[in-house]
Amino acid sequence: MSSEVRFTDFKSDKQPTWCPGCGDFGTMNGMMKALAETGNSPEDTFVVAGIGCSGKIGTYMRSYALHGVHGRALPVGTGVKLANPDLEVMVAGGDGDGYSIGAGHFVHAVRRNVDMTYVVMDNRIYGLTKGQFSPTSREDFETATSPEGTNQAPVNPLALALAAGGSFIAQSFSSDAQRHTELVKEAIEHPGFALVNVFSPCVTFNDVDTYDYFRDSLVDLDEEEYDETDAAAAKDRILAPDTEYMGVLYRDDESVPYGERMGLTEDMTTIPDGAPEDATDLVREFY
Amino acid sequence: MDELNWAIGGEAGDGIDSTGKIFAQALSRAGRHVFTSKDFASRIRGGYTAYKVRTSTDRVQSVVDTLDVLIALTERTVEENREELHDGSIVIYDGERTEFDGFEPPEGVVGLDVPLRSIAEDAGGAIMRNVVALGAVCAVTEFPIENLDESLEKRFGAKGEKIVENNREAARLGAEYVREEFDLDTDYALSTTDADYVLLNGDEAIGMGAIAAGCRFYAGYPITPATDVMEYLTGRIEEYGGHVVQAEDELSAVNMALGAARAGARSMTATSGPGIDLMTETFGLVATSETPLVIADVMRSGPSTGMPTKQEQGDLNMLLYGGHGEVPRFVVAPTTVAECFHKTVEAFNLAEQYQTPVYLVADLSLAVTEQTFDPAEFDMDAVEVDRGKIVDGADVDDWQDDQGRFKPHADTEDGVSPRALPGTAGGVHMSTGLEHDELGRRTEDTEVRVQQVDKRQRKVETAREREDWSYREFGDPDAETLVVSWGSNEGALVEALDYLEDDGVSVRFLSVPYLFPRPDLTEAFDDAEEVIVVECNATGQFADLLEHDTLTRVRRVTKYDGVRFKADELADAIRAELAEANQ
Repeated sequence: MSSEVRFTDFKSDKQPTWCPGCGDFGTMNGMMKALAETGNSPEDTFVVAGIGCSGKIGTYMRSYALHGVHGRALPVGTGVKLANPDLEVMVAGGDGDGYSIGAGHFVHAVRRNVDMTYVVMDNRIYGLTKGQFSPTSREDFETATSPEGTNQAPVNPLALALAAGGSFIAQSFSSDAQRHTELVKEAIEHPGFALVNVFSPCVTFNDVDTYDYFRDSLVDLDEEEYDETDAAAAKDRILAPDTEYMGVLYRDDESVPYGERMGLTEDMTTIPDGAPEDATDLVREFY
Repeated sequence: MDELNWAIGGEAGDGIDSTGKIFAQALSRAGRHVFTSKDFASRIRGGYTAYKVRTSTDRVQSVVDTLDVLIALTERTVEENREELHDGSIVIYDGERTEFDGFEPPEGVVGLDVPLRSIAEDAGGAIMRNVVALGAVCAVTEFPIENLDESLEKRFGAKGEKIVENNREAARLGAEYVREEFDLDTDYALSTTDADYVLLNGDEAIGMGAIAAGCRFYAGYPITPATDVMEYLTGRIEEYGGHVVQAEDELSAVNMALGAARAGARSMTATSGPGIDLMTETFGLVATSETPLVIADVMRSGPSTGMPTKQEQGDLNMLLYGGHGEVPRFVVAPTTVAECFHKTVEAFNLAEQYQTPVYLVADLSLAVTEQTFDPAEFDMDAVEVDRGKIVDGADVDDWQDDQGRFKPHADTEDGVSPRALPGTAGGVHMSTGLEHDELGRRTEDTEVRVQQVDKRQRKVETAREREDWSYREFGDPDAETLVVSWGSNEGALVEALDYLEDDGVSVRFLSVPYLFPRPDLTEAFDDAEEVIVVECNATGQFADLLEHDTLTRVRRVTKYDGVRFKADELADAIRAELAEANQ
């Protein structure tokens, strides 16, 4: 890791094809800054991207990366991190990838608590497929596939994370560049699984959850007296019916990541040219 | 007579498997060859379970349709095995159990009424009744009871010396009872030898092969009959710097394994058909991102939940063709328990040399069979690890474009691209399941698309030329009858050849461990009068494949009742096919 790394080192030469004004630009910029400011380099960073508009991030950033199967980004990140703990692993995807098709993996990744950062670009819409409702869409949200509203309660990802024993749960807003970068930095530095749910507005297909809506309604926890390590307070904020918060909602300072609990400190990538030294012991066991 | 066919049978939960394994281990320790089987079909109804051991001082590779000594914990066990018992067979049963009231052994069969439970109580607890029965078996077979001691220690050692002692006592009391109460003159005396054998099953051999090959990461989801791979690795792979993750499902398991492989670890998962269904989602990504990954399919009876504890080789088509689009892959099917070890090592080398997913295909028969081998068959010094084209700081520059960007999917002559593990300076790159260019970035450019498809397929062609994809050959090389099979049927067929030879029928047998790429059998087919393809499925999937390869019609011997082939049964089936051919 070099102290000379600049955030632009994490930028690839590929021009994003996101719509002008897409929240994902801000989300990505904050991630790149946070990575650089926490002393990471592209060589030692692995980004796992999901499927959807947000999944294109692996192409626009410069690092080791895999753009995988829809909904399975967290398991990939888990494998990368456990096999080489020296890598900084960042998983990035959208609300569909993480909370719909990948919801099962989300809950288990949270409780497994592998040391990685999960940035979810939550725009409450399916943008890449041109405007169907998503798992975080409001109940009355009208789209091509929900002309009368979704008639389903939206997923509350922060509540899912808290219930699954999440050790770092944050929410941010892509257009608040400084605050967003800070939150991702905190997430990177957290030893364990860190969720940053980022409101990353879709300017093309979502005319409800807009920049203006989030700017006007989001309450920054920094502006009130709030103990981030208080699970009961976190529960109250996360389940508050009419208010959405920005900031670190919950952080468990006692969190010990999975790898550390399992004693996985060495990378698994170097192996001998033949069987391991004591491999004959394995045969002896069968006598 | 030095061969013995022995079984213990009862209801599920009677401790059948562990008792059978104790006996198998004792035989192995005494220098006898052993071949065991658990995949019994009930002739009456479910709930019946049995463990069968065939033992000889010669090598044994199959079960046969005969039983010399049977421990029947229930009367039904005798019913279930009536056809396999013969004149002079011995049935050991506990006449104090009410269900044996008025029990008469089948005609010609010798019944030994041994109060297993009462004797076990004398030794310290009714729970040891199966061990009392093993003691009785030692008396019947004149098998030195000391041989049991070590396997009792292995089985019960963790529970304390007292428990081990009680069990040893239980066995001795059982043997004593038989010697005192019955005047036996049987043919079943078991000799011992000085040979040292190891006793293991196919799942364990896969697990051991994985560690030997340098596998460090395993992610899986428990499923019969592949779970033993995961249980074997758990607690062992850690000793070699590895780790096992029990994932939330197979979708996650294969993606974790993929992640570990992208990071640069030798990585695998194992599952059975229903898990392969789920993993197929990610299979195309593994192939197109050119990630080395070993996926073991320990087949069981399908479709759907099928018969989870029964034998079948029904996944062949799925393994060859599963997944949308055209996916280059290797499919390797070990033919014996020992081969499970060797083919696993080979699978890891193939995966990394060609940066391709490798399906390692075993089945329930291999997974549940405990078989003895000369330990030299698992020679760790002979294990070779070839990681393929991994580049490091010194040569990474050779694989960058003019802007210094690494090309993970470089279009090379042999189709294999350089591989830079994360952490390598100058090797930064992405890959994706989208069609991509040499840099691993999405493209829909028609020329690049064709270049990348061709490049991936070229790896298969390169492998076809470079590697040895030959079959294993048995029997008479000049015989007019050619039998071909794949996977676990090898042992039973090899023994079937002996039966056939005794009848003057000579057969050439090719056992095929490589399903893709696979050997070209055209010449062998041309040389034969009759070709018979043997496999455990209903439609003859391998037979279809060989007909396609050779443009020759074959005769099919198939089995899909959930039970593996037996040697004598196969000899009959081949005779029947030949008789039909000669009509």
